Amino acid sequence: MATDLRIDRLRKEFESPGGETVVAVNDVSLDIEKGALVTLLGPSGCGKTTLLRLIAGFEEPTGGDIYFGDRRVNDEAPNVRDSAMVFQSYAIFPHLSVFENVAFGLRLKRGSRHGLRERVGRVLELVGLGALGDRSPSQLSGGQQQRVALARCIVMEPRLLLFDEPLSNLDAKLREQMRLEIRDLQQRLGITSVYVTHDQVEAMSISDVLVVMNGGTVEQIGSPSEVYARPANRFVADFIGKVNFVDAIFTGRAVDVAGVRWPLPDAPDLAEGSRVTLVLRPEAILMSTTDGPLRGTVRRTVFLGNHAEYLVEVEGVGELVIDETDPTDRGMRTAGDTVFLSPAAEALHVLPAES
Amino acid sequence: MFHRARTQLRVLARDRVLFAVVIAIFVALAVFVVYPLVLVLLSSFRTPTGFGLDNFELIARRRLYRNALMNSLSVGALVGLLGVILGYVAAFVLGRTKVPGKRLLHMLTILPIISPPFSGAISILFLFGFNGLITRQLLGLHDFRIYGFFGVVLSQVFTFAPIAYLSLRGVLSSINPTLEDAALNIGANRWQVFWRVTFPLSLPGVASAFLVVFIESMADFGNPLVLAGAAFPMLAPQAYLEITGSFNLARGAMLAVVLLIPSMTAFAIQRAYLSRRQYVTVTGKPSATVSQAVAPFAKWLLYAVVVLFAVVVVMFYAVILVGASTRVWGYDYHLSLQHFAYVFDVAFDTVKDTLIVAVVSTPISGILGMLIAFLVVRRSFPGKGAMEFGSILNFAVPGTVVGIGYILAFNRLPLLLTGTLLILVLNFVFRYVPVGIQSGIAVLRQIDPSIEEAAQNLGADGLTTFRKVTLPLIGPAFFSGLVFAFVRAMTAISAAIFLVSANWNLMTVQILNEVGSGRLGVAAAFSMVLLAIVLSAIVVIDLLVGRRADVASTIRF
Repeated sequence: MATDLRIDRLRKEFESPGGETVVAVNDVSLDIEKGALVTLLGPSGCGKTTLLRLIAGFEEPTGGDIYFGDRRVNDEAPNVRDSAMVFQSYAIFPHLSVFENVAFGLRLKRGSRHGLRERVGRVLELVGLGALGDRSPSQLSGGQQQRVALARCIVMEPRLLLFDEPLSNLDAKLREQMRLEIRDLQQRLGITSVYVTHDQVEAMSISDVLVVMNGGTVEQIGSPSEVYARPANRFVADFIGKVNFVDAIFTGRAVDVAGVRWPLPDAPDLAEGSRVTLVLRPEAILMSTTDGPLRGTVRRTVFLGNHAEYLVEVEGVGELVIDETDPTDRGMRTAGDTVFLSPAAEALHVLPAES
Repeated sequence: MFHRARTQLRVLARDRVLFAVVIAIFVALAVFVVYPLVLVLLSSFRTPTGFGLDNFELIARRRLYRNALMNSLSVGALVGLLGVILGYVAAFVLGRTKVPGKRLLHMLTILPIISPPFSGAISILFLFGFNGLITRQLLGLHDFRIYGFFGVVLSQVFTFAPIAYLSLRGVLSSINPTLEDAALNIGANRWQVFWRVTFPLSLPGVASAFLVVFIESMADFGNPLVLAGAAFPMLAPQAYLEITGSFNLARGAMLAVVLLIPSMTAFAIQRAYLSRRQYVTVTGKPSATVSQAVAPFAKWLLYAVVVLFAVVVVMFYAVILVGASTRVWGYDYHLSLQHFAYVFDVAFDTVKDTLIVAVVSTPISGILGMLIAFLVVRRSFPGKGAMEFGSILNFAVPGTVVGIGYILAFNRLPLLLTGTLLILVLNFVFRYVPVGIQSGIAVLRQIDPSIEEAAQNLGADGLTTFRKVTLPLIGPAFFSGLVFAFVRAMTAISAAIFLVSANWNLMTVQILNEVGSGRLGVAAAFSMVLLAIVLSAIVVIDLLVGRRADVASTIRF
C-alpha cells in the first residue's frame, strides 16, 4: 500500500518562559498508509497534539521533514496543506449557519463553487444533519456541533483528516456512539486519518494502528491487539489497560515466579537467568478454589456488572488485580477467601526488568 | 534569538498578503507616529547655532514657563483626585447598589465623554462668566473672574470624571460580591468590609483611573484655552501660542516635550504596573453584583452625589441649548434661531469638512485597530512588541505634541501634507487607533484561537481569516473602536488645531474661534449641532455593525 503521510525524524523544541528548551516532539518518524486511521495515544504533555499541529502546519518544526505522499510540505502554510482538522473545541464559526460552516472551505477553493449546494447537502446528509442547514451553531447540541466540525472537513475531500481529541467534550454515551460513526465514515470514504486522544479505550476501538507516545518520543507502534498483548515496555503496558507487573527470573522457554515455573508461548531474546518483569493482564489469570500453582487470599472485591475485580494477595509475589467475568452467574467471591491462581499460558508476556 | 526571528519571518513570508500588510503597518507607524515625535524632540533642542539645552533653560529663567508647568501639574493632580472620587462614587452606586433610575443616570454621567471636550467650559462661561447667569444676574457680582485655576478645574472635572467612572465601574463590577458576603458572614461590619475588602481590591483600578485622568488633564487643550486666561498659563495652550502667536517652533517643541514627560511617566506606570494587576477573567458564572456592604443612609447619601452630578450635566447642556437658541445671553432671552442659521449658512463648510474627516477616518481607524490587535494576539513575528508599543504610543502623547510633530514632519516635500484633508485623517487614524487595538486585544484573548485555525485549515489565508472570521467575532470591540474613533474625530481639538487650514476646517476649532471672539451663542449652536451628529452617528454605527456584536456571545467556545 502507498504511504500517504511520512514523518521523518520530526523534532519540535519550545522555549519555556524560564528560558530552558523543552523538546515536545523528539525525532519522531512515522509512515502512515493510505486509508488507515492512526491514533496518537499518550498522557497529556506527551507531544501528541504538537505532532498533529506540526502535520497541519500550525507549528513550525525545529527539524525533520513531513511528506504528504511524495511532496515535502514543511514550507507550505496551513491554508495550502491538503489536510482538514477536527478541533477539540470544534471551532465552529459561531457567526455562520450550519450550512455556511460546511461551505466555508469550498467557497474559498477555486473551482469548487460549482455544485456547492449539492456537495454541502450531501455531506450534511452523510453526518445526519440534513435538516439542520439553516440552524445557527448555538442551537445545536454538543454532538451535533461535533458533526458540523466533521462535515466541514469531509466536504473538502482532503488527503488527510486530523482529529484533535474530538470527543473529549461529549458525555460517555455520546462519545461511544460518535467514535463508531467516525470510524464508519472514515472507512467508507477511505480518508487517511490521524487521531489524537488520551483515552486508550477510544484509541483501541477506532484505530488501525496505535502510536503510543510519552515525553515526546514514540514508545510503540502497532495494531491495538499487538500493543495490548505485547507491550514494548512497562510504560506502554501500564498506559494501555490495567496490568500487574510481577518480578520473575527468565529460564529459557519459561519464567520462574516465586519458585513456580511457567512456560512461555514464545521465546524472547533474553539472557538465561536474567531478571525480567512479567506483564499479567487482570483477565489473563484464572482463579480457582481448588487448585493452581499460586495460592492467594482475596483482600478486596469490586462488583462492576459484567465483571468483578478482585485484589488478591499472593504469597511470595504481592498483590495482584484479577478480573472475572459474569460474577452474577458465578457468584462473587468474598474477602478472606483462599484462591489458587494460574496464568493463561498464551497471554504471558515478559519484559526485561527495568532497573 | 536571531534564529527564532528568522524562523518567524520565514513562516510569515509564506502568506504574501499578510506579510505585505505587516510591512505596511510598520512603515506607517514609523512615518506617522514615531517620526513626528522624533522631530519634536530634535527641534526642542534646536538653538540658533545648533543643538543645546538653551530652550529648556528657559523653564528655569522665565516665570511664564515655570508657572505653566506648575499650573498644569497642580491642575492635573487635583482634577485626577476629584475625578476619581466622583467616578468611584458613581461607579459604586450605579454598578453595585439597587437604586432607581440607574440607566438614565448612567447615560447622563457619560454624556460629557461624547461631547466636545470644552462644552463644559462654554456652560461655565454662560453661568459664571462676565455676563454669567449666576454670578452677574443672580448674585449681582461685577468683578467675579471665573478665569484661572478654579474655572479650569471645574470644567475638567466635569469633562473627565466620566472617564474615571467608566473604568472604575469595570473594576468594581469585577470584584466578586461573595467576597463581601463572606467578610460580613465572619463578623465584619459594613464599614470594615468596604475599607478592608472592597476598597483594597479596587485600589489598582483607582490608581489606574487617577493616572488616566491626570494624563487627560495634562493634555487637555480646549478647557484651558477657554478658561485659563492670560494670568494662569498652562503648558498645552502655551505651546500652541508659542507656535501660532510667536512663530517660535523650537520653544513650542520644548514646551511640548515638557508636557510629554509627566504624561509618559504616568502612562508607563499605568501600563507596566497597574494594568497587569487588574486583569480580570470572565468566568461566566452568574453572580449577583448587588453589594450589601453599604448602609441605607450611606447609600442614599452617595446616590445624592450621583444625582447631583447628573443634574449638573443636564444643567450644563440646558444652558448651552438656551444659549444657542436665544438672541443674546444675559440681555435678550427671546427665542431665536439666528445662531443655528449662522452655523448652517455661514459656517456650513466647517460642518461638512468635519463630517468628511470623521467619516473617512473612522472606518480606517476601526479596521486598522482590529488588524493590529489580530496580528499582535494571533501571529508571531519579530518586532511584534514594537508594533504594539508604537501603535498605542500616541494614546499617551498629548495631542499638542502630536500636532506640533505633524507640522514639523509634513510641511515639506516629499511629504507635503499640511493644509490637506489627508493630514487630518492620518492624525485622527493614528491618534485614536489605540483604543480599538486595546479592546480588540482584550476580546481576542477570550476567543478560542482554534476557530481561526479552523478557517486557515480550510484554506483561508491570513487576511481572509481576519475578514471572514476574526472581524465578525470581535464585533463588540470593533463597534466600540468605531464609535470611539468617530466621537474623537468629531470632538478632538488639541492636535487638530495645528492642522486645520482655510480649505479644511473643523467644528471644534470653529467653536473655539467663536468663543475667542465672544460669540458664545454661535459656539453653543455649534456644540449642539456637533452633539446631535455624534449621537445620531452612534445610533447609525450600532445599526450597521452593532447587531452582529451579540452573535459571538451566544455560543460557548
